[in-house]
Amino acid sequence: MKTFFFFFLFCMLATSVKASNIVYAAEVLSSVDSLSNSPHIRTIAASCAACHGTNGNSAGITPTLAGLDDGYFITQMLAFKDGTRPATVMHRHAKGLNIDEINLLANYFARQKRVTNLPPKSEKLQAAHE
Amino acid sequence: MNNIQRRIFIKSTLKSSLVLSATGVLNACGSLNVKNANSMGRVVVIGGGYAGLAAAKYIRMWSANKIEVVVIEKSSQFVSCPLSNLVLGGSKNIQDLTFGYDFAKKNHGITWVNDEVTAVDAVNKNVIMKRGDVSYDRLIIAPGVDMIYDTLPNLETAQNEIPHAWKAGWQTVNLRKQLEAMPDGGVFVMSVPRAPYRCPPGPYERACQVASYFKAHKPKSKVIVLDANPEITSKKVLFAKVFNETYAGIVDYRANSIITELDVKTKTVKTEFEIIQANVLNIIPPQRAGKPAQLAKVDNVENRWCDVSFLTYESTTVPNVHVIGDAIDSNLPKSAHMATNQARICASAIVEIMANRSPDPSPVFANTCYSFINDKEAIHVATVYRYEANKKIMVAAEGGGVSAKPSAQEGDYAQAWAMNIWSDVLT
Repeated sequence: MKTFFFFFLFCMLATSVKASNIVYAAEVLSSVDSLSNSPHIRTIAASCAACHGTNGNSAGITPTLAGLDDGYFITQMLAFKDGTRPATVMHRHAKGLNIDEINLLANYFARQKRVTNLPPKSEKLQAAHE
Repeated sequence: MNNIQRRIFIKSTLKSSLVLSATGVLNACGSLNVKNANSMGRVVVIGGGYAGLAAAKYIRMWSANKIEVVVIEKSSQFVSCPLSNLVLGGSKNIQDLTFGYDFAKKNHGITWVNDEVTAVDAVNKNVIMKRGDVSYDRLIIAPGVDMIYDTLPNLETAQNEIPHAWKAGWQTVNLRKQLEAMPDGGVFVMSVPRAPYRCPPGPYERACQVASYFKAHKPKSKVIVLDANPEITSKKVLFAKVFNETYAGIVDYRANSIITELDVKTKTVKTEFEIIQANVLNIIPPQRAGKPAQLAKVDNVENRWCDVSFLTYESTTVPNVHVIGDAIDSNLPKSAHMATNQARICASAIVEIMANRSPDPSPVFANTCYSFINDKEAIHVATVYRYEANKKIMVAAEGGGVSAKPSAQEGDYAQAWAMNIWSDVLT
């Protein structure tokens, strides 16, 4: 899977990114990191937070994406995309993303530190509230 | 921000009214002088709901704390509208949905001002509040919605008797108490305003929640839904099936029904077709962008909604003022998840602009919206939206859609959604 992943990233870098981002093979990894830190990818990743927590650290029930193996993330997303892994909503999200985005999201989440995100503590509604 | 040593002020007529930021000191004349060589400038956020909180947090995160963020919020608590229909159904308590702002404030170095905005001076980039004022480099307005009472003026002053409960809080509790006090065999009448309004599937979820309560505790009672729209606005096939099957004999759905007259005392409403008396009445009024947007004059679409760029969420009429959440004019559903998405695209764009870089020219985000049809089972609508450069709007990507049927598994995921989005915006 790793081999496939890097081959894929290399093809992608060579074909679809801006000239300023095209780099030599030895620098592929760091370049991928900077691509996955791009505003485009960080905002897609953040869009997942409603169910999977800030930076992919789930506050409960849903899987944590932070620190997930990038190859595993890609296979699962592709399986959601082609319907081989059944899902309630994930097939809808996987189908709406392109392969480049899925690859870069894999890199983004793999690099996130696992931390404990907790839901906030609820409290009594104050009399003064609307 | 070329002047990195500049002085910025939070001027205050009442010295004690403003919260001190970690980087600032309040001097004798009530000004906040900040000299922070690392600062890229200041963003002021009006509104501490889903959109405003997400924008504030993500600007701090993505600017590595180099952009100062001031949030102005008039309430001292956050009460979630998502899941608040479950309070009406009886499976949640309002306390389950009520949170403080402590973590949002302290975890991200946000300066928090508990005050109400009274004017926005976009020329001098200054926000005036009841107890002070604050200048900005960029302003984000996340005002939520205000109710419009033009067609039913007597409804506004009758909010104790006929609460809209379309903003979670004491009105939600009030409506639940009215339902509990209603005798079996009573009639709950609710109305749905013409779209667009906050939370497209919300009214139908509400009908299900009340019906679920009636079915278990007051089986002779009825739910009449007067919908101003020609059909169910969201998750239509699913809600229609649930109304007709799960709640057959309880929910009575009537399309194209606009309330034209209201008698508060008898809780009687008149539509073009009929006169109906309710035991418990819940009129959800039409809505518009909240007051701060009106004050900043960014509500340029029919004096109701705010026209923005979908790359930056900057107002198309007032420069350096961004609007996010339910207040914007768009084809996007006015949902909490969508509000946080817009907030983060806006936050990301502001970070890029303030660093003299270009924002993402092709933003993408996803919306997942769950509705509970009883205390356990839920249904979803989920869609990825992509920026369409020719039309300059966000359009639905392929693959979006709704559940095949309600399920308890989706009910669990809906609870997970709430826990995670609360954690994301409030901690």
